[in-house]
Amino acid sequence: MYDVIIIGSGAAGLSAALSAKEKNSKTLVISKTQPTHSQTVQAQGGINAVLYEDKDSIEQHVADTYNASKEISSKDNINFMCSNAKDTINWLDEIGVPFNRDKENKISQRKFGGTKKIRTCYSSDYTGLKILHTLFDQCIKNKIEFLNEHVLLDLIVEDKICKGVVILDILSGEIKEIYSKSIILATGGYAGIYQNFTTNSYSNTADGIAIALRAGAKLSNMEFVQFHPTALVNSNILISESARGEGGYLVDKDGNRFIDELKARDEVARAIYTRITNKESVYLDLRHLGLEKINDLMPQERRLALEFSNVKLEEELLPINPAAHYTMGGIKTNINGQTNIKNLYASGECAQANIHGANRLGGNSLLEIVTLGKHIGSYASENIDNEISVQDINSNKLELIKEEIENIFEYKNEINLYKCKDEVGQILFDKAGLFKDKNSLNEALKQINEIKNSLDEIGVVDKQKEYNKNLLEFLEFRNILDIALVVIESALNREESRGSHYRVDYPNIDVSYLKNSKAVLEENKVSCSFEDVV
Amino acid sequence: MKINIKRFNQANEPQKFNNEFEVSNTNLLQAFNEIKKEHDETLTYRCGCKSGVCGSCAVRVNGVERLACKTNINENDVIEPIKNSKVIKDLVVDVSHETLLIEKTNSFMQDNSDEEIEQKDINKIDRQSNCILCNSCYSSCPVYEANKSFLGPFALSRALRYSNDKKMANNDLIIESIQSNGIWDCTLCGACTMVCPQGIDPKMDILQLQGLASQKGYTNPYQATFDSNMGFDMSDMGFDPNGSF
Ligand SMILES: Cc1cc2nc3c(=O)[nH]c(=O)nc-3n(C[C@H](O)[C@H](O)[C@H](O)COP(=O)(O)OP(=O)(O)OC[C@H]3O[C@@H](n4cnc5c(N)ncnc54)[C@H](O)[C@@H]3O)c2cc1C
Ligand code: SF4
Ligand code: SF4
Ligand code: FES
Repeated sequence: MYDVIIIGSGAAGLSAALSAKEKNSKTLVISKTQPTHSQTVQAQGGINAVLYEDKDSIEQHVADTYNASKEISSKDNINFMCSNAKDTINWLDEIGVPFNRDKENKISQRKFGGTKKIRTCYSSDYTGLKILHTLFDQCIKNKIEFLNEHVLLDLIVEDKICKGVVILDILSGEIKEIYSKSIILATGGYAGIYQNFTTNSYSNTADGIAIALRAGAKLSNMEFVQFHPTALVNSNILISESARGEGGYLVDKDGNRFIDELKARDEVARAIYTRITNKESVYLDLRHLGLEKINDLMPQERRLALEFSNVKLEEELLPINPAAHYTMGGIKTNINGQTNIKNLYASGECAQANIHGANRLGGNSLLEIVTLGKHIGSYASENIDNEISVQDINSNKLELIKEEIENIFEYKNEINLYKCKDEVGQILFDKAGLFKDKNSLNEALKQINEIKNSLDEIGVVDKQKEYNKNLLEFLEFRNILDIALVVIESALNREESRGSHYRVDYPNIDVSYLKNSKAVLEENKVSCSFEDVV
Repeated sequence: MKINIKRFNQANEPQKFNNEFEVSNTNLLQAFNEIKKEHDETLTYRCGCKSGVCGSCAVRVNGVERLACKTNINENDVIEPIKNSKVIKDLVVDVSHETLLIEKTNSFMQDNSDEEIEQKDINKIDRQSNCILCNSCYSSCPVYEANKSFLGPFALSRALRYSNDKKMANNDLIIESIQSNGIWDCTLCGACTMVCPQGIDPKMDILQLQGLASQKGYTNPYQATFDSNMGFDMSDMGFDPNGSF
């Protein structure tokens, strides 16, 4: 019996693990990838914090975050995050994250969109990579137990109390259960469901959120999906916001600018997508900045453009398009990570902790995952009041899941799983993407449901037990479908446009929707409603 | 375009088999995805970020370590798993030694110093801290191939990254822990440097560590043998065919 089990080894999971261990909890991290393969490594730009109050203030950071959220967030929760930001940076710095320094030997900061202050700390172009690897090294130092390449299949919940997990050991193919006094989900967001139209990792498939939903957890604000304006055409690799921040232009095929590049992400993304739906190409133009400045300020962007689009930024236009990037919705929690299920916590991008609302500011996600990750790890450790023993658990989950997997192996495979995955991405992007309306959403709903109903014709071709990635991807696909349905249903319900959520049939913000949306599963159907923001 | 993939599957006979696939994508990772869509759903490989930072997709293309997501392929390329690690299935290998190696070299921040950090101190550890643990260097290392206890390139680059960190009060523990099966066992052949997708130079890092160790009074246990028997010339950092193993 563990004290704390953490699912996911991104920065949210590892931060939680380190603080749980510090509280002497018997801690285990379970992750479907190797720790350093987690999506957090992709974060380039930086992590926000007010470090020096003479130039900036915590109040200003709170206000900027609240404004970006379009008022559906909790000022208290934001305040918690922002007030702890400096400590977070200092802690990361102490354990070895090599933050860049300025001429006065202070931690350097750069400017990100949506704020007037210079507030984003960074480690060259690789902020997420360096944070995650440093956390990983610390986990090894602190002898934290890991089960890598083990995927969460289900939660063991009895009487609304979470008591353990059912996992699949990818390497051996074995299905096991492990009990714990508390469980923290840190499985990342769900922008990856927009397959082929996302900057996210292939491993981002909304698992934790889908599993929590099926276990009775409340999801919230699932309609809020942030599209980044500038991803490389074809590969959808992110070109950081710093490109526009440093003076890059967005131009059409004739070389004309058509939007103020420094407007909010969602507005810029919609302006670009409008062109693209009219079959026009859109480009990022950095030529006027010159090679030296480009190399100085964004070496990684230059490398990405060259390696993946074969474009020299200093000489050529870079074709770009918007891509699903970050998801504001997730498992509803309070500031302590608690969900509506006792002893089940959520942290990081999979959680909706009333901070980002309808839009997230660049640099606020890394801040949230480390700050709240740490806090939730120690909160969960300190609140282990339930003295459940293994004898108290009567769950037959393990048998049920084993049976279910056996069944999946029997499914015929007449339809190719990977083609279906592409199809789902296309449907979501076209009909529940940057622009949507009642008709498009209803169509998407119908199509996704049809695919869901044909799961037993998709099946798996690989019947082997050991390292069956085909099975893993099938299981992930079920999660993708479940969450796609929640995203669509939630988008249908919010009949207004707010932040990242844009309804063509309701183009304005509507005060009567100044609420969090809520989605739960009732008799196997998604049920959506709204509740006050607290 | 045809590519050839060397595959491995415990359950099938024969265990090793080659597969030729016709693909239209020129990016190797996209070609893998295409194969699953068009030809064979059982093809097994790791991938994540698709942009060269998660380190999960390293394979060998015509015998050279490459990240699949960053590689353009040509007609008749031969793709196989990286070397010097147990193959689990097709292109997936066991990478569990990572944790062990970091643990053995004590590559993590220990006691903090109170020194002021300047940008030049950050620059000193910037390159090494860009390591994505892709294991390409381990695959290419002839010493690691012969001796699995050798600490090896990325672990030693990481050891240098923390040894050179001004934030750390002292690096004695790291330097001590890389003496046995460590810095002196490297032949300085530079194979690791050639294949690192992050431009890290483990060979130079190991040389630097040898310097740091010498300052602390450690000596090369193989030095005597080299001088008397093999005439090993320390100024020649090229590949030493006799190796030191
Ligand atoms: C390209 C890109 C650039 C970004 N840049 C920035 C930036 O500059 N600043 C910023 O603040 N934010 C940025 N973000 C956002 C930020 O990186 C993410 O929000 C954040 O890293 C999420 O961290 P996490 O720990 O919640 O989840 P992740 O890092 O996504 O980790 C999820 C973990 O859960 C595991 N997992 C998932 N499902 C299961 C399962 N079923 N069983 C077991 N394990 C499971 C995964 O293996 C993984 O270890 C960026 C995002 C992207 C994609
Ligand atoms: S040193 Fe280079 S080759 Fe070796 S693991 Fe790190 S990034 Fe890969
Ligand atoms: S230089 Fe040393 S570590 Fe690098 S490949 Fe050669 S023997 Fe291995
Ligand atoms: S997929 Fe991440 S490095 Fe290639």
